[in-house]
Amino acid sequence: MAANPASRWGLRVLGLGYLTLLLLIPLVMIFFKTFEDGISPPLDAVTSPDGLHALKLSLLMVAIAVPLNTIFGVGCALLLVRRKTKLNPVIDAVINLPFAVSPIVIGLSLYLLYGVGGWFAFISEEGFKILFAVPGMVLASIFVSLPFVVRETVPVLQEIGTDQEQAASTLGANGWQTFWKVTLPSIRWGVAYGVVLTTARVLGEFGAVTIVSGAISGQTQTLPLFVEKQHENFNDPGAYGASLVLALLALVTLFAMNMLKRKEDA
Amino acid sequence: MGISVEGANKRFGDFQALDDVSIEVPDGSLTALLGPSGSGKSTLLRAIAGLEDLDSGLVTINGENATGKPAQKRGVGFVFQHYAAFKHMTVYDNVAFGLKIRKWDKAKTSARVHELLELVQLEGLAGRFPSQLSGGQRQRMALARALAVEPKVLLLDEPFGALDAKVRKDLRTWLRNLHEEMHVTTIFVTHDQEEAMDVAGQLVVMNQGRVEQSGTADELYEHPANEFVMSFVGEVNRLGDHFVRPHDMEVVLDADERTQEGLVQRIVTLGFEVRVELVLSDGTEVWAQLTRAELQRLELREGQIAYLRPIQAKSFNGSSSSNLDGASTPLGSHDGGDAGLPAAV
Repeated sequence: MAANPASRWGLRVLGLGYLTLLLLIPLVMIFFKTFEDGISPPLDAVTSPDGLHALKLSLLMVAIAVPLNTIFGVGCALLLVRRKTKLNPVIDAVINLPFAVSPIVIGLSLYLLYGVGGWFAFISEEGFKILFAVPGMVLASIFVSLPFVVRETVPVLQEIGTDQEQAASTLGANGWQTFWKVTLPSIRWGVAYGVVLTTARVLGEFGAVTIVSGAISGQTQTLPLFVEKQHENFNDPGAYGASLVLALLALVTLFAMNMLKRKEDA
Repeated sequence: MGISVEGANKRFGDFQALDDVSIEVPDGSLTALLGPSGSGKSTLLRAIAGLEDLDSGLVTINGENATGKPAQKRGVGFVFQHYAAFKHMTVYDNVAFGLKIRKWDKAKTSARVHELLELVQLEGLAGRFPSQLSGGQRQRMALARALAVEPKVLLLDEPFGALDAKVRKDLRTWLRNLHEEMHVTTIFVTHDQEEAMDVAGQLVVMNQGRVEQSGTADELYEHPANEFVMSFVGEVNRLGDHFVRPHDMEVVLDADERTQEGLVQRIVTLGFEVRVELVLSDGTEVWAQLTRAELQRLELREGQIAYLRPIQAKSFNGSSSSNLDGASTPLGSHDGGDAGLPAAV
């Protein structure tokens, strides 16, 4: 169907209008609200000891959860695509659980498991604190962002097929060499996209982390929790400032990937 | 020496891909595995390469038992139908891949890669990526990549299957010349009998997971072991239980006791060769291959009646073959009479 110019423009305006209303205007509003009373209120909030600690903690979550989920995700995708077993459909369904279950529920389930009376309560009793501490928050972050790398990698693996891997093996490469020299370079953009999504998800995670962390200022408060606390305390410029930092971090991640990709294509 | 496979069996679910297959490929030969799709020829090739595990059977490469060895330890060069080029690597890096795995030093690798690129006529394209090459160039790159590591044997899986007719013909000639230079034991899989006969010295005809016959192109053409080989290697007409090559069909204008009547339906002139299509009285459609001169002498027209005299026919009922160039051997008398050509009505 060759659309006429009028309907083509109509569709564009409709699409862009929808996006503007739902996504752009709220984000732009935050930007303006942040600097309504000048630059110092948001800056003070973000550079306060609690604010800096929250930023550091968020980045720590990313530094731990993203690599772990990347390794797991690529391995799991290889298993799902390259090794056909009877368990595959089950694994495939289980991996989607974090998408289907509300983060609050995930947080509560961790709370039940590691809290007083839970199956794994003995770990805390031995002195290794999980709930209301960094380990619990890492667990929650890993849980909620688990599926992204798998979901982005599986279709790319299916698309490249096995020819190149088989060619590598006839040329003398063992499984490990084949993976590093042939498979991984072929799927890298799928993996990279999964990493970006995982990073964004970990940075923004609120529900599950709230439950397991207890949101103790200066101790177990990530940036989203800090934003919420500032908002609760009627320090809106502080909340907006921290939100802006979060948004900027997400943008930096996206740009980093775009730059890498452009360099690759050139 | 060379390659031998003994009693190979392979099943995919309900499908018997290889059914007790045994072949012998002499050292330094160029052998074609010929068969229709689903005949098991690719599975056999992949089993030799170690890309497919056999359910049972023995694979021997250059006197060494290779059964169960992983592909990377078999020392075979493998060329895939769809090139299997490493898309993220340049032509140079593709060809150098096996050498880097073997940890050759840089200078030696570079010398070897350039030697091979020259051999496959891709000298100027070392810095290109596979996506910037034509299909024929990609396949030559894949061949250089396979040859770089000096494989004991070279295996090609429908190497020209994805190329257009002209490139295909060029590469065929080129592969034959290459083999004459290198003398590495080579097996190539094809479903194209002309390609197999053109390139290979030795043919193995496969059908439904079994080897039907192996031999030189002449042996298969002149002495096919069965109906399948006869009809797969070369053209054939079926007359009752007999098979006649189109060039063994004589067309005459006068009937005698050995001729059959037919209606000339279509005359196709293909340069020197002329294809005359006839319908016999029992409805059988056959064709005869004539030269242009014969056609002119007979003055055949479409729609007229002509008479067919098979010079040579084969019947596989009792594995017998009848030679009919002597007037004393009427067709149909050699195995009880009931298996003869249907008489003209």
